[in-house]
Amino acid sequence: MASTPVLALHGVCKRFGAVQALTDVELEIRAGEVVALVGDSGAGKSTLAKAITGAGPADEGVIEWQGRPASIQRPRDAQDLGIAAVYQDLALCENLDVVANLFLGHEIARAGVLDEIAMERHALELEPLALLSKEPPSVRGVVASLSAGQRQTVAICRAILSRPELLVLDEPTAALGVEQSGRFLDLVERLRDSGTAIMLISHNLGDVKAVADQAAVLRHGRNNGFFDVPSTPQEQIVSSITGVTDNAVTQRTTKTWEDML
Amino acid sequence: MKGTAPGDPESGRTSGRPRGGPGSTTRETTGPDGPDGPDLAGYVRSLFDRLRGGELGAVPVVVSLLVIWIVFQSLNHNFLSPRNVSNIGVDITGPGLIALGVVFVLLLGEMDLSVGSVSGLAAAIFAVMNVNHGVPEWLAIISALLAGAAIGTLQGFFFVRLGVPAFVVTLAGLLAWNGLMLYVLGASGTIDLDEQGGVVALTNRYIHSAALAYGLAMLGTGTFLAVSYRDSRMRRSAGMAARPVWAIAERAVGIAVPAFAAAWILDRYRGVPVSLLVFLAFIVGLDFVLRRTTYGRRIFATGGDLEASRRSGVNVTWTRVSAFTVSGTLAAVGGLFLASRVASVGQTSGSSTLLIDAIAAAVIGGVSLFGGRGTTWSALLGILVIQSIASGMILLGVQTAVQYMVTGSVLFGAVVLDSLSRHSQKVHRLT
Repeated sequence: MASTPVLALHGVCKRFGAVQALTDVELEIRAGEVVALVGDSGAGKSTLAKAITGAGPADEGVIEWQGRPASIQRPRDAQDLGIAAVYQDLALCENLDVVANLFLGHEIARAGVLDEIAMERHALELEPLALLSKEPPSVRGVVASLSAGQRQTVAICRAILSRPELLVLDEPTAALGVEQSGRFLDLVERLRDSGTAIMLISHNLGDVKAVADQAAVLRHGRNNGFFDVPSTPQEQIVSSITGVTDNAVTQRTTKTWEDML
Repeated sequence: MKGTAPGDPESGRTSGRPRGGPGSTTRETTGPDGPDGPDLAGYVRSLFDRLRGGELGAVPVVVSLLVIWIVFQSLNHNFLSPRNVSNIGVDITGPGLIALGVVFVLLLGEMDLSVGSVSGLAAAIFAVMNVNHGVPEWLAIISALLAGAAIGTLQGFFFVRLGVPAFVVTLAGLLAWNGLMLYVLGASGTIDLDEQGGVVALTNRYIHSAALAYGLAMLGTGTFLAVSYRDSRMRRSAGMAARPVWAIAERAVGIAVPAFAAAWILDRYRGVPVSLLVFLAFIVGLDFVLRRTTYGRRIFATGGDLEASRRSGVNVTWTRVSAFTVSGTLAAVGGLFLASRVASVGQTSGSSTLLIDAIAAAVIGGVSLFGGRGTTWSALLGILVIQSIASGMILLGVQTAVQYMVTGSVLFGAVVLDSLSRHSQKVHRLT
């Protein structure tokens, strides 16, 4: 764990008009490590994800990629570094089919002419496409006709397709079924074991507990603690998220987990 | 450890998301869309599914075109005469080329109101250079096209980089470029083109050869079949499901019938108009660009979802500006064809009716106003509808007033269909 982080953030700030969304956020992610980014609604999780992926660049702060300062101003910059993302809103083009969405921005082409057959073959070889939805989407189906789960599957597959060094997952299981979420977590573990750095944003502390090595808590756009997930009791993480150790919500949630486990 | 995650009792929030209905309902509507096989029942079922799903394609415009032809032919037997059909075939080329450029901008979900004025300005630039200043024709043509491209790029730049709505940028262009055209034309007002020149020849040359007419029809159908066959073979050898036979047959018939009918009727008058050939070449070429190239894919993607395309790493700035460049360039090409048709450029060149015809043609032809849906063939089908109505009305001696009202109704119908189809796709998705 002493290796150079794949990605390190120092003092990242982001403003939307009068709203300070992120203030001096610090974060480190290493290869072969799953870091969960947790926090209450509006804590700035997605904003931070977008700062990393270039979808909404940070205003201030330093982003280091493998130890060297990097500038991420556009999604393309992040992709060129080796960062891929599953966005909370999925960011798929509904008017295009699954293959077109998987390869958008990175089409396989010869002299500008699309090689549809090569792209479709790659798509068919994508194991998660078949595993993550109850009914695997047809690769030539238009995204507008897919179910929410199938769309999420497509978004996940697109992110994995580029074999990223850092995978940013913003609520990736939100639309997946229970069994499919389980398979997705298996997939996350496999990717981690093959050396991918993963940042997982999730409301679901069950998912976090299952796969994350570290948890970084955001609260009101600021860091509010880092935890070693396997050795930390959940109540401690929850209280860090809510900012209160003893309230009705914490008590209730904790109880539910205990029942569950 | 894994056992903890799947048994998540909190998953109630999954179904609480607006789009995330429980899997059971989506399963039925998505339906089996694996390889259906070549059976007829499968074909009918898939046709029904497509219609229900709002994928009407070219069906409404083809049906309305047939209705228009039947109605006018029954009112006046000269309507479908070889001579009149041939004239329609030439008349559609100018506005059709402009409409073709509008298709690119509409695919982004944007609007270009300047195309009429740009076409007039390009024609004026050509006429002034070639006729008044004796510049060689080829140089004058290139200058006119470059002017169109530059204007399109400029407008696209103001729209994309400065965020001024395209509607307003091009509305300003509509006025300004028309003003510039009048300025360029100067005191003379009207410039007659060189009757022997290449531009005039564009629309008054015909190739009268049955072999060529039928050969082209055969070439078109044959090329389609050859490409489909090659595609099927490559897919099979890659172990992938090939396009069903019925889908290929459906399209082959859709190409062969109009192609041979056109060859037959054009051959009975003066042969194949050169201008129509050029127009068709533009349609086929740009259809290839839109459907088979990376650039075309990105135009569709950007028109479908700008933010998703941007996050996928598409250079949406250049993609969007370029669509306006294409639009401006094709407006200039169309302007030269229109000037060629009347062998002159005057103060009424690039009138606002032209703009309305070009945009209406693209929309009637099935290009969605919401972006991301349409083909270059829409320009052909749409302008055929508009020119057919205009030509029929003239044959019947009906006033322009009625013509406008009929064309307006057809346009309205097309827009309603577009909205309904979009709505039905959304409903289809949500159920």
